Amino acid sequence: MAIRMKLVAAAAMLALGAGAAQAQDKLKVGFIYVGPVGDHGWTYQHNEGRLALEKEFGDKIETTFVENVSEGPDAERAIERLARDGNKLIFTTSFGYMNPTVKVAAKFPDVKFEHATGFKRADNVSTYSARFYEGRYVIGQIAAKTSKSGVAGYVASFPIPEVVRGINAFLLGARTINPDFKIKVVWVNSWFDPGREADAAKALIDQGADIITQHTDSPAPLQIAAERDIPAFGQASDMHRFAPDNQLTAIVDNWSDYYVSRAKAVMDGSWKSQDVWGGFAMDMVEMSDYKNMPDDVKAMAADTAAKIESGEIHPFQGPIKKQDGTEVIGAGERLSDEVLLGMNYYVEGVEGDLPQ
Amino acid sequence: MRLELVPRAERSTAMALVSPVIAIGLTLIFGVVLFASLGVNPARALYIYFVEPLTKAWSLEELVVKASPLVLIAVGLAICFRANAWNIGAEGQFTAGAIAGSVLPIYFPDFQSPVLLPAMLVMAMAGGALYGAIPAILKNRFSANEILTSLMLSYVALLILDWLVRGPWRDPGSFNFPESRLFNASATLPLLAEGGRMHVGILFGLIIAALAAWRLGVSVHGFAIKVTGEAPRAARFAGFDQKRIILAVFVIAGALAGLAGIAEVSGTIGQLRPEISPGYGFTAIIVAFLGRLNPLGIVIAGLLLALTFLGGEAAQITLGLSDKVTRLFQGFLLFMILACDTLIAYRVSLKFGHRAAGVTGTADQKMVSNG
Repeated sequence: MAIRMKLVAAAAMLALGAGAAQAQDKLKVGFIYVGPVGDHGWTYQHNEGRLALEKEFGDKIETTFVENVSEGPDAERAIERLARDGNKLIFTTSFGYMNPTVKVAAKFPDVKFEHATGFKRADNVSTYSARFYEGRYVIGQIAAKTSKSGVAGYVASFPIPEVVRGINAFLLGARTINPDFKIKVVWVNSWFDPGREADAAKALIDQGADIITQHTDSPAPLQIAAERDIPAFGQASDMHRFAPDNQLTAIVDNWSDYYVSRAKAVMDGSWKSQDVWGGFAMDMVEMSDYKNMPDDVKAMAADTAAKIESGEIHPFQGPIKKQDGTEVIGAGERLSDEVLLGMNYYVEGVEGDLPQ
Repeated sequence: MRLELVPRAERSTAMALVSPVIAIGLTLIFGVVLFASLGVNPARALYIYFVEPLTKAWSLEELVVKASPLVLIAVGLAICFRANAWNIGAEGQFTAGAIAGSVLPIYFPDFQSPVLLPAMLVMAMAGGALYGAIPAILKNRFSANEILTSLMLSYVALLILDWLVRGPWRDPGSFNFPESRLFNASATLPLLAEGGRMHVGILFGLIIAALAAWRLGVSVHGFAIKVTGEAPRAARFAGFDQKRIILAVFVIAGALAGLAGIAEVSGTIGQLRPEISPGYGFTAIIVAFLGRLNPLGIVIAGLLLALTFLGGEAAQITLGLSDKVTRLFQGFLLFMILACDTLIAYRVSLKFGHRAAGVTGTADQKMVSNG
């Protein structure tokens, strides 16, 4: 019965023309995900943001998502489909959707687009990202306090500035505690590939790393760390349940507040194209509960996070040296956002060459 | 006690033709069960999957855009498979073509000329053809298994692309993000209709399929390919040079995959990226078999497979189904096609006691080479 009603309604809309479809008072919001909702990492958190929208606005909002959208030729179609389906606000949640998002946005000027981690904007395209490096600095300090060998293993995805910045922030944090701290990096060239992520973690541990951190989206490296009983950090979401005795903390991406504020802006007509890069201060990045570590380390981590939030500490404060020893900035200076956004070098202490 | 596949003495031609239809029918039945068990109204789900994408102009356009690379690649693969040359590396040839075809717009971004696009297409086909020639030469010269070499070379090509767009070909204005510069207007395949996504490249698929249907049917070359595949000894007696044919089919398949690659990059994406294909080279293998290795059948099969992709997206959006369901569906379709084909050519018999000597061995081998 309900279906028949819907069909009748659909037919009526077709008969009345496309304009009728817009007469509804519900705001339709669409999401494009790069991974599966169940990755328990990046996409999982974006989906949490979507659920927060539903919770906040109830029946005033309708959300849909498409998951596992490859960053190639399919992306444009998936985004366009959401736009054609009457979504007035569309979140495209991976860097690779940048050009398709801009292309589709030009075709649908009355639809608002929000693209995560990109740099191209338009009148109806905003960009947003989070300063995950703030969290990386904190876990770098924890790692240096916890590790006996002074070597951390880093499971990395792609050598883009976002990831390189995270590696450097981790190391700079660690070196405030142990000036000889080192990082070994393995690139798995994927955001989500539990098999390869696990293999990378194993290789790193075999090479002497006694603490594991990751910039990939599955809990696999954490699970390997638990298997080998060494400490590790969760990524993007609190992965505590995958390694209850080994996760020290996790850098949690919190998109919920931002998504709610942007949906509200569309509803009351105040939406404007903007670029947001939020960190601890905006609650876009949060640390999950500190566990499996002594109280003094907990206190230190909480203190550092608070100081970053207040601006007292900046993770990229000089002196900073590149891998080859050349100085980037001197003592007291801070790297600008522009430099951070294009970061393509390792700082001193990271082992191996950055794939270029 | 065990199951054995025994070749049937007489194969029904009628059954061979309707086999894909039976397979699709069984897949639909499976779909009904699947959707019902997921708590979705099966009639509505199948409608959204298979009918709704055909009811709107823009999604019809998308259907053609999605199908055209599949068709181009699958026609080339069908020529290979007919000659019993197992080219699994179309993904690599696609990528090699895309890379070779992108050399001009990336190194000479300001070069605008009507000869640019044709030059890009020719370079892409040459790139794909050369890349396709490698497994053929390895097979002819060293008897290396072409399934392995062509598959491995796919990963090599994907990694070369990855290296290029992160390194030397990275757009200087991209904040170090891995992508090439956007191609300028004269390096972009023109759109067939303003505001849509259908570009001239989709005509390539149709033209090539028609051309292949005609040439494979009537020419000596088409006959030589077929004989080489079905009866290699007879082909030798007839004086067909097997090695030349193997090389030729790989080169043709590579060139077509390369053409598909540049059409996708220049027409649909507009730049090189680490990811330019959602596995077209592998999906095209399904398309080639679903189309009975017949170019016209491949056009239909390509459209059908494209429909399952689009329908899968629609099902995610409208029904909230997981994208895994789409893949399950495609996998099941292929499984059913292979099963129907097998059961039409072979009959299952239940054997007791020890393995009987006879035809079973060859039947098994045949199965392996078809799988």
